[in-house]
Amino acid sequence: MQNTETDAQDIQLDAPLAPKRTRLEEFWRLFRKNKLAIAGMVFFILFFFLAIAGFGLTRGDNPLLDPAMVRLQDKLRPPLAKPNLERLQANEIPRLGVYIFGTDDLGRDVFARMLQGSWVSLTVGFVAVGIAVLIGIFLGGIAGYYGNRHIRVGQLLAAAFFIVGALLLVGKLIWSGSALLIGGAGCIFISILMKKAAKAKTKSAGTRFWYFNTISIDTVVMRFVDIMLCFPSFFLILTVVALLPASIYNIMIVIGLTSWMGTTRFVRAEFLSLREQDFVAAARALGLSNFRIIFRHMVPNAVAPVLVSATIGIATAILTEAGLSFLGFGVPPPHATWGNILSDGQRFIFDAPWLTFVPGIAILIVVLSFNLFGEGLRDVLNPKLRERN
Amino acid sequence: MNEMGSRNATILQVDNLKKYFPIRRGFFQKITGWVRAVENVSFKIKRGKTLGLVGESGCGKTTVARLILKLLDADEGQILFDAQDITQLDEKEMKPLRKEMQIIFQDPYGSLNPRMTVGQSIAEGLKISGIHNRSKQNQRLEKLLKMVGMSPASSDRFPHEFSGGQRQRIGIARALSVEPALIICDEPVSALDVSIQAQIINLLKDLQSQLELSYLFISHDLNVVGYLCDKVAVMYKGHIMEYAPADALFDHPFHPYTHLLLSAIPDTEHKIDAELNATADEVSNTLNPPSGCSFQERCPLNEERCKHNPIEFEKMGPDHLVRCWKVARNGSY
Ligand SMILES: Nc1ncnc2c1ncn2[C@@H]1O[C@H](COP(=O)(O)OP(=O)(O)OP(=O)(O)O)[C@@H](O)[C@H]1O
Ligand code: SF4
Ligand SMILES: [Mg+2]
Repeated sequence: MQNTETDAQDIQLDAPLAPKRTRLEEFWRLFRKNKLAIAGMVFFILFFFLAIAGFGLTRGDNPLLDPAMVRLQDKLRPPLAKPNLERLQANEIPRLGVYIFGTDDLGRDVFARMLQGSWVSLTVGFVAVGIAVLIGIFLGGIAGYYGNRHIRVGQLLAAAFFIVGALLLVGKLIWSGSALLIGGAGCIFISILMKKAAKAKTKSAGTRFWYFNTISIDTVVMRFVDIMLCFPSFFLILTVVALLPASIYNIMIVIGLTSWMGTTRFVRAEFLSLREQDFVAAARALGLSNFRIIFRHMVPNAVAPVLVSATIGIATAILTEAGLSFLGFGVPPPHATWGNILSDGQRFIFDAPWLTFVPGIAILIVVLSFNLFGEGLRDVLNPKLRERN
Repeated sequence: MNEMGSRNATILQVDNLKKYFPIRRGFFQKITGWVRAVENVSFKIKRGKTLGLVGESGCGKTTVARLILKLLDADEGQILFDAQDITQLDEKEMKPLRKEMQIIFQDPYGSLNPRMTVGQSIAEGLKISGIHNRSKQNQRLEKLLKMVGMSPASSDRFPHEFSGGQRQRIGIARALSVEPALIICDEPVSALDVSIQAQIINLLKDLQSQLELSYLFISHDLNVVGYLCDKVAVMYKGHIMEYAPADALFDHPFHPYTHLLLSAIPDTEHKIDAELNATADEVSNTLNPPSGCSFQERCPLNEERCKHNPIEFEKMGPDHLVRCWKVARNGSY
C-alpha cells in the first residue's frame, strides 16, 4: 500500500520547468544588455589594475617611473615629447624614453604623477566607502531590525553617566569622571536587580519609572542621520581636515565618517521592508536566532542596494578627495594626487593645457564610469525588473 | 504519528485576544492614534481538526496568526497552546514551542528567501528539529519534498525558478520540516489559479490525515473554508461575529455579515440582499470606532440599540455563537 502510493506520486512529482541557471549566469544575462554599464565596468576594472600598477611602479627609493624627479631643463614639455637627452643627467632620463602626458612646471613626468595619483584615488575611494558602508550597515541594521525597541529611563541614565564620565576622564578630570563611571555601573546593577520585578504583573512605581520607555532606537539613529545631513558635507570635511594633520589616512577616515548617512538610510529601509517579509516571519516562526535571521536572511537580501550606493559612493569619494587636494587641503605634496596635479596645472592653463586636461579628464572618466556601472548594477539587482525580463 | 489521548484534546485556545497598533507621527514619533487590528477574538482548535477564520481584507486575520505565533505580542488576552499559557513567554522560553506551530503564507513569492536554495531553506527547519547529520538531512529533505509532490531534484534550485503553486508546496515542506502539530494557513491559496488551488487544498487535506495536523485556515473565501474546515469563525473589524460548526454556518447562517459573505459565493441559494451595502467604504479598522456593533454602518437591520450597547455573543445552537442581539431575538436573519 505504502509503496504503490509513493510510486504513483513519483510519476507526477513536480519539478521546475526553467533550465537551471546559476545566479551569476542570470546576472550576466541581464547585465549584458546594458551597454553603458558594460563600458562603465570595463573602465572600473581598467582603473583598478592601473592604480595597482601605478602603486608598484612609483613607490620606493628608485622607482621605475619617478613622480617626484624634478628636471627643470625639461619643464612644461607637451605630451608625447621626447626628453632632452643632452641636457639631462643619466639618472634623470625617464625610463619610458617619452613624456606620455608631458611634464609640469618643475619638469616632473605627469604620467608618473597620474599613476601615483590613481593609487591615491583608488584607496581613498575604497577605504572611505568601506568605512561608510560598515557604519551604514551597522546603524541602518540596528534602526531597521531593533528600531521599535525603546530606550528605557535606566538605560538612558547609564548611557549618560558613561558618556559624560568618559568625556571628563579625557578632559583629565579623574575624580568626577570616575565617579560618573561608577554611577553608570550602578545603573546597570540596578537594572539587573530589577529584571525579575519588571516581569511581574504588578510593578512598583520605581520599577515602572526605571522601565519607562523614552525614545525609540530608530528615532535616535535616524535623527542623528538627519543632523549629519544638515551639514554640507564638503564644508564639514574641510573643517575637520583643517584641524587635523594633513595625511592621506586622515582624508580617507574623514570622508568615510561623513558619508555613511545614505547607506544607513538604504539599509534601514531595506531592513524595514525585509522584516515584514514572509520569509523572515517564517524564519522567526522556525525559531532561528536573531543572529542567523539578520546575517543569513536579511543582510544577503539587503546588500544589493548597498553595493549600488557603494559603487556610486566611490565616485563621490574620489571627487571629494580631488576637490580637497585642489583646494590644498588634501594629501600633502610632494605626493601627487589628481586633485593637486589639477590645481598646480591651472596656473598654466593657456601655456600647458595638458596639466589641467589630463587629470580633469581622468577624474571625469572614472567618476562617470563608476556611476554608469553602479546604475547598471541597480537595474539588474532590482528584483522587480528581474521578474519582468 | 502522534499518540492521541494522552495529550490535550484542545491544541489551541485563544481568549479575548486584543492588539492595537500605534500610529506614530512627527519628529519624535509621538503616538497619535491606534489601529484596532484585533479587538476581541476567542476560539478553540481541537487536535487534528481545522478551524476556518473568515473575513474580508484588513479585518485582522493575519494579525491573529502573528499573535498566535508570538511574532507579535498581544495587548490583552490569552493564548493556550496544548493547555500551556504562552502569552507571557519571552523569545527564549518560546523557542522549544516554536517547532510545534508553523505557518504557510499567502504570497508564494515572498515566503521563500530568494538567496537560498530550496534545500537550504528546508534544511534550516531540519537543523532546528535536531537533524544535523548531512546524509540524514538529505534523506529527510527528499522525503519531505516527495510528500508535498515535488521532485527531490528541486532542492538545489532557487525559488525564482518555481511557479507559485510549486513555491507554495515548498513552503508547506518547510513548515513540515519541524514536525509541527498545528499549522496556520494564512490564505494559502488566494494567490493561486483555481486549478492549482484545488491541488494545494487536497494536499493539505492529505497531509492532515497522514500526520494528524491541526489547521487554523485563514481565508476570505467561504467556499474553500466550507470544503476544508470543521468549524468556522467569521471575523469583522477585529471581532468574531459568528462562530459555528461549518455545516451549521452554511445551513443556518445568522449574522447579517455572514449573509453578506455567503451572498458573494456564486451558485448558492443565498441571494444577494439588496439592502446589504457591499460597497460600503473600505473596511478599515477605524481609529475611533462607533460604540456598539462594529458592523452597524453596513448592516441592513441596524437599529438605535445597535449604536450604544456593547454587543455580546448569543448562543443560537450547540456550539453556535452569534454577536448580534437582533437575530438572536428574532431567531433568524
Ligand atoms: N505592523 C503593523 N503596524 C500597523 N498596523 C498594522 C500592522 N499590521 C497590520 N496592521 C493593520 O491592522 C489591520 C489588520 O491587518 P491584517 O493584516 O491582520 O488584515 P488581514 O485580515 O490579514 O487582511 P488581508 O486579507 O488583506 O491579509 C489593517 O488595517 C492593517 O493596516
Ligand atoms: S447588532 Fe445591530 S448592527 Fe450589529 S449586526 Fe446585529 S443588527 Fe446589525
Ligand atoms: Mg492577511
